[in-house]
Amino acid sequence: MKNLNDITDIWSYLSARPLLWLTATLAAYAFADWCSARVARKPWANPVLLSVLLIAPVLSFSGTDYATYFEGAQFIHFLLGPATVALALPLNDNMETIRRAKASLLAALFVGSVVAATSAILIAKLLGLPDVVVLSLAPKSTTAPVALGISEALGGLPTLTATLVILTGIIGAITITPLMDALGIRDWRARGFAVGVAAHGIGTARAFQVNPVAGAYAGIGMALNAVLTSFLVPVLVGWL
Amino acid sequence: MIFVRSFLLLLTLQLAGEAIARGFALPVPGPVFGMAFLFILFRARPQMVERLRPAITALLGLLSLLFVPAGVGVMANLELLSAGWFAISVALVASTLLAILASVATFLAVQRLQGQLGQ
Repeated sequence: MKNLNDITDIWSYLSARPLLWLTATLAAYAFADWCSARVARKPWANPVLLSVLLIAPVLSFSGTDYATYFEGAQFIHFLLGPATVALALPLNDNMETIRRAKASLLAALFVGSVVAATSAILIAKLLGLPDVVVLSLAPKSTTAPVALGISEALGGLPTLTATLVILTGIIGAITITPLMDALGIRDWRARGFAVGVAAHGIGTARAFQVNPVAGAYAGIGMALNAVLTSFLVPVLVGWL
Repeated sequence: MIFVRSFLLLLTLQLAGEAIARGFALPVPGPVFGMAFLFILFRARPQMVERLRPAITALLGLLSLLFVPAGVGVMANLELLSAGWFAISVALVASTLLAILASVATFLAVQRLQGQLGQ
């Protein structure tokens, strides 16, 4: 029985350390990305969703809590900050086309942002969700670091908001391509910008998979909506 | 060294952004200011664009990966989510689709309006 003890010892040592869960996150993503590439980047094979579906059951079967997992995964999570700064590059690359379309962009930003927050708040209230969930839901279309700050300031649950933000991104990333194709909308600027406004970074990552122009516009939509949502959602929550 | 220098610049701009957001108690997060600073830098010093491009392209190529840790957080909220899963699903799906449609429709409508005015 000595061997068995050793294995349990090794496991309890490793499972409490950052290395294991950092490695597991990269491994899950590498596999998810391989699967996504195998099916020609079909929208339903979203790499974020696949990775979560691979990791969450492992954590729950091994009795690992989210805080322990996050000690390893935080090194990846941290890169969201510099990645947000880096979005200045696609913005700069596409400055000329943006300048030409600025009236459409600003109008689409405002309408998209208001509709995203208003419809989420109203539907959640209508279906009888508790106030804390409604407040956590209100900023869900904006990028995670922004949404968490807004949720906290409003009295929502930041951890719940993080989940709702990710789910929104996945929903947007999965539905944008079939929805736009079905409606016959082929303007990459409109498609990209809308998914950036409605589904932040995950929608933007999807847009880059499909078309570089769509990706750049999605990055702009996401960046502008991060600023607008910070001011808009606290006002809308007060009104509705 | 180009990757180290690029990353140093991204982090420095983020740091400056965080300091401003905190210092003035603004609701806008630090990295958004960092992005604005980098954009201003690119306009003022166009030669920086190609120097930073390799590192930024690599980082943005990983964008999906960066959301995985927050996504796994779904397991920390299973109780709240399973209690209201139907209402939450409806609210998330409907509001996301409505926002996409409203945004696309507005973009195309303003484009068309401008086209007509221009003629």
